Amino acid sequence: MTDLKNIRNFSIVAHIDHGKSTLADRLIQLTGTVAERDMKAQMLDSMDIERERGITIKANSVRIEYPAQDGQTYILNLIDTPGHVDFAYEVSRSMRAVEGSLLVVDATQGVEAQTLANVYQAIDADHEIVPVLNKIDLPASEPEQVKANIEDVIGIDASESIEISAKTGLGIPDVLEAIVKRLPAPTGDRDKPLKAMLVDSWYDSYLGVVVLIRVMDGVIKKGDKIKMMKTGAAYGVDKLSVLKPQMVDIAELGPGEIGIFTASIKQVRDTKVGDTITHEKKPCAEALPGFKPSIPVVFCGLFPVDAADFEDLRTAIEKLSLNDASFSSEMETSAALGFGFRCGFLGLLHLEVIRDRLEREYDIDLITTAPSVIYKLHMKDGSVEDLHNPADMPDLTYVDHIEEPRIKATIMVPDDYLGDVLKLCQDRRGIQMDLTYAGSRAMVVYDLPLNEVVFDFYDRLKSVTKGYASFDYQMIGYREDNLVKMQILVNDEPVDALSTMVHRERAESRGRAMCEKLKDLIPRHMFKIPIQAAIGGKVIARETLAALRKDVTAKCYGGDATRKKKLLEKQKAGKKKMRQFGKVEIPQEAFINALKMDD
Amino acid sequence: MEDWRNGGFGLYLHWPFCQAKCPYCDFNSHVASAIDQRRWQSAYLTEIRRVAALTKGRVLNSVFFGGGTPSMMDPELVQAILDEVRQQWVLANDIEITLEANPTSVEASRFRGYSAAGVNRVSMGFQALNDADLRALGRLHSVEEAKAAFNVARETFDRVSFDLIYARQKQTVEAWRLELREALDFAADHLSLYQLTIEQGTAFGDRYNRGTLRDLPDDDAAADMYFVTQDECERAGLPAYEISNHAHRGNESRHNLIYWRYGDYIGIGPGAHGRLTLNGQKHATETPLGPTQWLMQVEQAGHGELPTTVIPAAEQATEMMMMGLRLREGIDIARYETLLGAPISTKVSDMEALGFVKTETGRLIVTDKGRPVLNGILREILT
Repeated sequence: MTDLKNIRNFSIVAHIDHGKSTLADRLIQLTGTVAERDMKAQMLDSMDIERERGITIKANSVRIEYPAQDGQTYILNLIDTPGHVDFAYEVSRSMRAVEGSLLVVDATQGVEAQTLANVYQAIDADHEIVPVLNKIDLPASEPEQVKANIEDVIGIDASESIEISAKTGLGIPDVLEAIVKRLPAPTGDRDKPLKAMLVDSWYDSYLGVVVLIRVMDGVIKKGDKIKMMKTGAAYGVDKLSVLKPQMVDIAELGPGEIGIFTASIKQVRDTKVGDTITHEKKPCAEALPGFKPSIPVVFCGLFPVDAADFEDLRTAIEKLSLNDASFSSEMETSAALGFGFRCGFLGLLHLEVIRDRLEREYDIDLITTAPSVIYKLHMKDGSVEDLHNPADMPDLTYVDHIEEPRIKATIMVPDDYLGDVLKLCQDRRGIQMDLTYAGSRAMVVYDLPLNEVVFDFYDRLKSVTKGYASFDYQMIGYREDNLVKMQILVNDEPVDALSTMVHRERAESRGRAMCEKLKDLIPRHMFKIPIQAAIGGKVIARETLAALRKDVTAKCYGGDATRKKKLLEKQKAGKKKMRQFGKVEIPQEAFINALKMDD
Repeated sequence: MEDWRNGGFGLYLHWPFCQAKCPYCDFNSHVASAIDQRRWQSAYLTEIRRVAALTKGRVLNSVFFGGGTPSMMDPELVQAILDEVRQQWVLANDIEITLEANPTSVEASRFRGYSAAGVNRVSMGFQALNDADLRALGRLHSVEEAKAAFNVARETFDRVSFDLIYARQKQTVEAWRLELREALDFAADHLSLYQLTIEQGTAFGDRYNRGTLRDLPDDDAAADMYFVTQDECERAGLPAYEISNHAHRGNESRHNLIYWRYGDYIGIGPGAHGRLTLNGQKHATETPLGPTQWLMQVEQAGHGELPTTVIPAAEQATEMMMMGLRLREGIDIARYETLLGAPISTKVSDMEALGFVKTETGRLIVTDKGRPVLNGILREILT
């Protein structure tokens, strides 16, 4: 139980690589929160994938005790927020749990698109914002220019920015002082009925569901009977702790404090992020406003490479769903790939993260089908259907028109690359909404179809700008367009797993690229194989895989019989890794590689 | 009738030594400074007596001295071996006794002795008809020397064959056509024409992996060379009777036909394989690979054999087809189905529809179109 005036709650807003996790590490280290020997790089990113990719996926928190220059000890609660657009909803709810933000900007780079989106969320949440310029030790740093950039692009005063190097530790004490002096203390009343915000929840294999909360009013203690106001479910608090960042049990949490509890909750789905937690017997009068649930926008099929792994995949997906309510799945069967799951994700990164976790943590080799979005099919009978999987596209005679989701994309780019970015957006059927300059950097805003973005937009953007562009997007609604289902036929047999929805005008080039790729990926057979892309019955692109011309062992005498027989047996085993389409065998890698977005 | 009788019965003797190791060769061959030929003689004789006891009463159709370079063997050693062979088995009237020889003057000086011992056919490793390519292939002879040795062989033996390798580095389709024509001008009754195969564990294999084996013809050029080979040999009256072997009618290698017709063959010497039917079961036999290892085992244990395995009938069917479809005569379908214990795969009709195989008077035969893609046909039918 800490006095409100000695609490500061904050988050850090930063672009990937601008040093957020390193700064968090320094704050933890300098205050002695974690013993030196337990320190590992990027303390708060607990998943391997988070550490490797340098991104934060789940919100996390740490409680730091800081003896300030004024002689008093403060409790600083940092809620770490994901930096990626896919997890924007996690950012927004984390922001509601704290009163201020550190805006970390790389002094060699300037403000990036994702930073912009997140800092606006902080402004929306009425945060006090302290700009921090990182990497000031690098010769390429331009603090004055970046300050001007912050003022131009974001529109906040940057004159009192703190200049630091999270890497060397330079300026870290100034950051701690600024948190205490410049960020407001939380408000709240400990005598009022308990009102706490459910910030996040996750599944821990030892503890079950762990709930991260921010107390607004009242006090929560171990053993309390609590109630979730939205779901109505009641639980007894089994364990009450704070994260330092390891769990340390605490007797109670009062207003302004942040901590976690467990209460024999079975599934993450039983907890609604943004829900209000109160006492069962003496509830608060009014619930907090709560958040909109996140909705999957990108879909793809996940199939085990080895059909025998299907049950393992089912189990793994169930386990991951326990921890990630935003990830949806339902069983799917494909003529090409057998049994698998159609899964929904918040975005492409979310898709990659889930796929990586399935492959690594659960050791399942997966085939991922082309990512797709939800199309609205306006049927001739007036009904509207959602299309999640191009393979399910009904006969066109029943469809009046198709609508696709559009996004507002914000791209920040050095003006050297502006032309390439504009061309890319134009090629992807974009409509320019805005173009402004801040120094030598341009901010481009485009209205783009989401399906053009899920395919390979981000990779193309990175490659045309040599990695200097940053990108963020938000959904803005549906619009009708000339969309068609493109099928791929191998030796005249349609391969359902390779079907995609494309814009009619882009179908030829997309189809040609796909056919060329497959031509390299399918091994030569005893006969020539036509590979075609088609819309309805009409072929729009065609390649021919030539027949095998020569494959014969030159020497085969008495001493070779055993060896050659073993070779045949090996080839027999290799056939299991092939999928049969009519007379053609397509190797698993062909599915993976033909659909690869990064090329 | 036991199945092996469809193919005949032969004896293979492996001589594991060479003057030098060729960079493309993955055979069991070794370079030794001194070879005690008397010691090898007694080991070979021990082995002949052992296997002869297992196959009493059989008529022997062929003996083949392979290697290595068997023309390094003293004629006395060959004589002693063949004397023992004559002692142990009934020889067929038309028995073929082949010895593989290097085409050099040194070896040619031994040809009379081999002939006197009973050898009636030699197979000579020419490999190329230009000196630069011979050097690149690690061969120690020149074209001139090879031709001289060949002439000696023709005067000495009833039948003479030689080998050439094509799809060599920098070789063009036209260059190969001209070289082959030159070879056909002086060829006798038999030719073995092999496409260069890069085998792992050879000097060429290592260079290939490192990317330093340059200018090999690509797959399409190699395929064209194969077709040129068929055309030229056909025109010269030496049609292919097997994938890489060409002969005047009746001059096919009887020994190798035993392998391809899936008969029984005994393998003696280091690393030699055999297929031998005993008590109604077909056995795969094998011997220790290392020359010293084999020699010591024969001397100490009295036999040069590793544990044998029984080949189940269905697997025999696989081997029979794998070997037999190499021959222009194809395989007897009824014989195959008897071994398999089931009808032949229905994939055969797919292959037939594509023109890769045909069935004629109860035989499954790979067509001219199918032969260059035989591995693909076998994969289809057998897997």
